[in-house]
Amino acid sequence: MSAPFSWINPHPWGVEVVPAGVWIDPSRAVDKALVTHGHADHARGGHGETIATPETLAIMELRYNTRAGAAPVAYGETVRLPGDVDATFVPAGHVLGSAQILLEHAGERVVITGDYKRRPDPTCTPFEVIPCDVFITEATFGLPVFTHPPIEDEMAKLLSALDSTPEASVLVGAYALGKAQRVIAELRAAGHEAPIYLHGAMEKMCRLYEEHGVHLGELRLVADHTKEEMQGAIIIAPPSALNDRWSRRLPSPITAMASGWMRVRGRARQRGVELPLIISDHADWNELTETIADVNPAETWITHGREEALLRWCELNQRRARALALVGREEEDD
Amino acid sequence: MKAFATLLDTLVYTTSRNRKLALIAEYLRTTPDPDRGWALGALTGELDFPGVKSSTIRNLMKDRIDPLLWSLSRDFVGDTAETASLLWPGDGVPDEDPPSVSEAVEFLAHLNRSTALKELPKLLNRLDANGRFALIKLATGGMRIGVSARLAKTAFAQTFDVSVDEVEEYWHALEPPYAELFAWAADGADPPDVSNRPMFRPFMLAHPLEETKVDLRDYAAEWKWDGIRVQLVRVAGETRLYSRSGDDISATFPELLDVLPIDAVLDGELLVRGETQGGEAGGAASFNALQQRLGRKTVSKKMLAESPAFVRLYDTLILKGEDLRESAWEARRESLEALVPDLPSSHFDISALVEARDFDHLAEIREGARDDAIEGLMLKRRDAPYIAGRKVGLWYKWKRDPLLIDCVLMYAQRGSGKRSSFYSDYTFGCWDGDPDDGAELLPVGKAYSGFTDAELRKLDKLVRQTTLNRFGPVREVERTLVFEVAFDSVHSSKRHKSGLAMRFPRIHRIRWDKPVHEADRIEALRSLVRE
Repeated sequence: MSAPFSWINPHPWGVEVVPAGVWIDPSRAVDKALVTHGHADHARGGHGETIATPETLAIMELRYNTRAGAAPVAYGETVRLPGDVDATFVPAGHVLGSAQILLEHAGERVVITGDYKRRPDPTCTPFEVIPCDVFITEATFGLPVFTHPPIEDEMAKLLSALDSTPEASVLVGAYALGKAQRVIAELRAAGHEAPIYLHGAMEKMCRLYEEHGVHLGELRLVADHTKEEMQGAIIIAPPSALNDRWSRRLPSPITAMASGWMRVRGRARQRGVELPLIISDHADWNELTETIADVNPAETWITHGREEALLRWCELNQRRARALALVGREEEDD
Repeated sequence: MKAFATLLDTLVYTTSRNRKLALIAEYLRTTPDPDRGWALGALTGELDFPGVKSSTIRNLMKDRIDPLLWSLSRDFVGDTAETASLLWPGDGVPDEDPPSVSEAVEFLAHLNRSTALKELPKLLNRLDANGRFALIKLATGGMRIGVSARLAKTAFAQTFDVSVDEVEEYWHALEPPYAELFAWAADGADPPDVSNRPMFRPFMLAHPLEETKVDLRDYAAEWKWDGIRVQLVRVAGETRLYSRSGDDISATFPELLDVLPIDAVLDGELLVRGETQGGEAGGAASFNALQQRLGRKTVSKKMLAESPAFVRLYDTLILKGEDLRESAWEARRESLEALVPDLPSSHFDISALVEARDFDHLAEIREGARDDAIEGLMLKRRDAPYIAGRKVGLWYKWKRDPLLIDCVLMYAQRGSGKRSSFYSDYTFGCWDGDPDDGAELLPVGKAYSGFTDAELRKLDKLVRQTTLNRFGPVREVERTLVFEVAFDSVHSSKRHKSGLAMRFPRIHRIRWDKPVHEADRIEALRSLVRE
């Protein structure tokens, strides 16, 4: 008999499921990949076969313009892989279609979370706790300073900034996949009915969300409207456009940014953000530690993010843990 | 405290100077005395609570969070006050009302090092995260919120429509919460009487010369000495020494406090005696020697004997009760030249004028100057009065061209404040022999400026991708990148393994293109030492 969990082999470019000959979220093209969600640091094109949720496959098709090798798996559905490995996709609550992947082999259960959060999000299915032996968790916000406030507070901040400057506009930097749609949906939930203006890069993804039953209300493209029309409006753009020449066409915009990094003042200042909105699609420190306690695995493996602090927390709480060094998993904009 | 906390928080995110002024003005207008006075003291860095230091905050946190989790967090956030405010336990709704600024100030003033650990938590428990941030900033000083003392004073002046120069005049004679200042500016009372106090007068400063050429008939030239700019003030027999920012540094240089025989306000360069550098009345040591004496609250006899300080005089602002600041530079210079023979030469000399036929000749003289105590030249308009601050066209500084050397990036450290979580402080080295022959790199200096934000992001990425080792906030990187480093001078130093220390090193150019084995060797740097 081989050593426990030796069939799961983490490499810097992804997690290899050895007996099945498949990879989870590989950053290189492989024959067969299991993909947790559509963000570019997890989902890339060019795999021979891609097994993922239908939503994730739709997102990948939008981004990479191909459906070749797409093999959809619904939430809760189990696929049998070669080498006696079973893979089940379970909601992760991160973005539309995001999944944790439960792998079962030789009586051992391994969960790979991909990215996740525990807060309610009107744009995706909530995270589910699955018992397992090895829990491979993300740690993007793996420092105790990261506690995301309730999103209602952040929405109130945004709407009050909008009210205080009727002539101006508020430009919100938000990641094009997930964050943008969540901010829009939460604004609608907070009673903001007015049209919301979009940077061109947001349009297709918003439409995809709508097609999957997420209602975003009236959306308009910045390019189709005048400065005057956009006075007093909320405009959503990718973070890279915040300090771009593009923003000159907006009526004296207040620069906001929706990101978990906004918890730290220095981060907001680096980006010239005037209105930081602490909104993240990742688990904050408390969610990370509570999730480890809830799942209660025999071992916790920690990937992409600030592994050291979470590793320390595991040590202090007598939990077995190790850090994996996966490359290219720093989502600065999230 | 809530209004003050909101002010600080908003200021942090505000980049526009006018918007900052408006925010501070709004606060000063709507906040009652003495809260607003204390707040102004906090913004200008004038408050000091000896019982609470940054170490107090660290010690408080020690009992509340695992030390490793603390240091990882502190390291990422880049600011002790902010880290503590975020990690303070119990982020629920405080059960008591938050204290007012005055209440907090009074509370802090009564703390000492030992009571602070027990008492400060009581105050912190009454505040939310923003309030805690404001309280800790208030208590420990060093706001780092992008507001200089000058900006805060300008905001004060604009709020009450008074002249900022007048505010500066009174400022150093008054103390927080500035009751007299508010009474004068806000309520039209008589201005504060400062005639009998040895107070600081704001310095006249220079613009870089850049491409300008001046006519030496209009401008006088003198050396720009490489010490620290000081103002020596004697009023009614009491002498004080002030630094460029107006800090009272009298205690650091006691030998200068009983040597001025008359009441006066003099502007000059503080230097320490040394053998190596030529000067009119005895030599000045390099800045290195002076540095040993800076920042000390008390001075040993040994130090006084080994590195005695003196002032090389530039200007006379006030002499025997007569304010000369309105007079032309030429007239002030005449007074200064007449005064110097009456001063003890052990402690004073005059900064000599540099005589040149014309501008090109002056440029030649500047080129030839490699004296370590000289930073470059100053050009002063002969008919200009002494005006606080930087006024275009009156004074120019014309620094020596920097020295340049190609070094290899070896270590990077995370910055703080705006640059927290970016690897922005770089240690670089030169080869100790032929790199193709197995030579090693020896660190020669450290720099954290001279690159754009875009370059910083690129450098940060490179550091993360090429990390070999981590030592806390420092990363050792693969030797892949050459910096062209500019610096003002280089000295022998026992502190560094290379035996050399650079002055004012900064990144001049990032040589993405240059192979590391083509970087300079230690000998090249050593040959630039002038001592």
